[in-house]
Amino acid sequence: MVRYMAPGEAGSVVTFLPRYDHFIGGEYVPPVKGRYFENPTPVTGRTFTVVARGTAEDVDSAVRAAEGAAAAWGRTSPTERAEVLNKIADRMQRHLEAIAVAESWENGKPVRETLVADIPLAIDHFRYFAGAIRAQEGSISQLDADTVAYHFHEPLGVVGQIIPWNFPILMAAWKLAPALAAGDTVVLKPAEQTPASIHVVLELIADLLPPGVVNVVNGFGAEAGKPLAQHRGVRKVAFTGETTTGRLIMQYASENIIPVTLELGGKSPNIFFRDVADARDAFYDKAQEGFAMFALNQGEVCTCPSRALIQSSIYSSFLADAIPRVKRIRQGHPLDTETMIGAQASNDQLEKILSYIDIGRAEGARVLTGGRRADLGGDLAGGYYVQPTVFEGDNKMRIFQEEIFGPVVSVTKFDEYDDAIKIANDSLYGLGAGVWTRDGNTAYRAGREIQAGRVWTNCYHVYPAHAAFGGYKQSGIGRENHAMMLDHYQQTKNVLVSYAPNAQGFF
Amino acid sequence: METTEGRAARVDVTEPAAALLRRLTAEHGPLMFHQSGGCCDGSAPMCYPAGEFRTGAADVHLGDLTVDGVAAPIPVWMSASQFEYWRHTHITIDVVPGRGAGFSLEAPEGVRFLTRSRLLTPGELAVLGDA
Repeated sequence: MVRYMAPGEAGSVVTFLPRYDHFIGGEYVPPVKGRYFENPTPVTGRTFTVVARGTAEDVDSAVRAAEGAAAAWGRTSPTERAEVLNKIADRMQRHLEAIAVAESWENGKPVRETLVADIPLAIDHFRYFAGAIRAQEGSISQLDADTVAYHFHEPLGVVGQIIPWNFPILMAAWKLAPALAAGDTVVLKPAEQTPASIHVVLELIADLLPPGVVNVVNGFGAEAGKPLAQHRGVRKVAFTGETTTGRLIMQYASENIIPVTLELGGKSPNIFFRDVADARDAFYDKAQEGFAMFALNQGEVCTCPSRALIQSSIYSSFLADAIPRVKRIRQGHPLDTETMIGAQASNDQLEKILSYIDIGRAEGARVLTGGRRADLGGDLAGGYYVQPTVFEGDNKMRIFQEEIFGPVVSVTKFDEYDDAIKIANDSLYGLGAGVWTRDGNTAYRAGREIQAGRVWTNCYHVYPAHAAFGGYKQSGIGRENHAMMLDHYQQTKNVLVSYAPNAQGFF
Repeated sequence: METTEGRAARVDVTEPAAALLRRLTAEHGPLMFHQSGGCCDGSAPMCYPAGEFRTGAADVHLGDLTVDGVAAPIPVWMSASQFEYWRHTHITIDVVPGRGAGFSLEAPEGVRFLTRSRLLTPGELAVLGDA
């Protein structure tokens, strides 16, 4: 067991600055209006740094810096851009521990996750897109003997990226890596709950990037996000968040006729077919772990398997094994490597989760375990902790239909395969899903029939760079990750050439 | 708001939230809410200047908040598909300390609007024509 010292304590592997300005045109620039906002850690509820409170003026100067850098960056060879991305990855790798502790402190998630998942994945996304851009090819279509259509990939120019707070660094990497690989320049707005840890990364990699290629403007959505989404210099907006803001961003984008990619959450079903219980073996244990995955990252994952559908013939026995496993989830100080679940990211997040636990009870759902705020005492008494909670109820209940974004799973049973698919698809969302079975045919059919962009089959919460991620239905538009993501950050240029010597004959 | 004399409402507001709405109206003019769904700050009520968020055929007008000292009623909207799962519940817009994301106007104040829910009574549902 390792217990990392908190930032600010002697011996901490990372030091936050007392104040963070905007990063514009390769340097740190104070906000035009001179205002800053406090950034508390959800671990204790206490403020550890202050961050620039950006406004339209700051966004405008960042977009101008990005526009100024766009032409030169867009002309660099894929080899050069790949080299920059690889160097970013190497630099992050060397400082992995510091970045992991910074993100854990800012977000409240256990350092166990940031050390082995969030930050290594972020690093890998830079390496992946370094490779992907070098392997990308245009195409040539021979239209007839003398006519050829060439298709080139060209950068879009300046892109705006609005980052969520649940994976402050990984979600930034998901958006930054393909955009930079594609030759775009970026204005990035981190979430106001987690505005600082990205700057810990930025300080490490700033010298690797030409000025203006990456710009970071901090601030609130209404004050900094909106002018970014509306700016006429921005050629595309990528957003991860919720549905109403997603729609608003589409509305803003329509003003400038630019594309958006939206990742807007889900209510992911996790389906356990009866044959998972055919033996009490390693596979059964894996499926049990799959059930408990709702607690990963305190449930603050858009693909949280927040609905568990268990076949009726194994319902009782499966839950009898699963509930004790949930009770064994270790809640504690996020900087302790034994801790499995840390703090919710903010007080309002905590309050919202508790309000959902209230409505769940009011609708008649039964709490099988948890159901309360967790008071961890001592230094953590001011932090935002919730007990991992299992509800039993019906798919029509609001706790089965709305994203709680907390460590809460709503469980129900189904009789036959068709019932499972019906319940799974009875949702506004279609981001993730889980299917657990020993039968390959069932797994395949379910995987194809569930209306979701990612169906984990006999696994869950795996996020490799080389697999497309994104939503059906109200979960969003577009994909992230995978080489196909490059298309989302590129224009298609068609050069149509006639090699025929003679007139077409029209005039 | 409990049913009184055949009246019922789907939405209400707490006094602390009403006080915040008075301040936000003074700063931004007439306001509106759209109840969000999904992801990070989802399932939270988003407060915008009236007209900032374009509602349309895909939305349901749940009702209006009447706030002392604010001339215009503050409409509360939700997407129609989401309403199908919410229609049996009454929502009260409250406010708590915190840091919301999204573009909701109150975030810079260090507070966040929050939706609190209860089941509508059979009497209320009857009045709302939703029994």
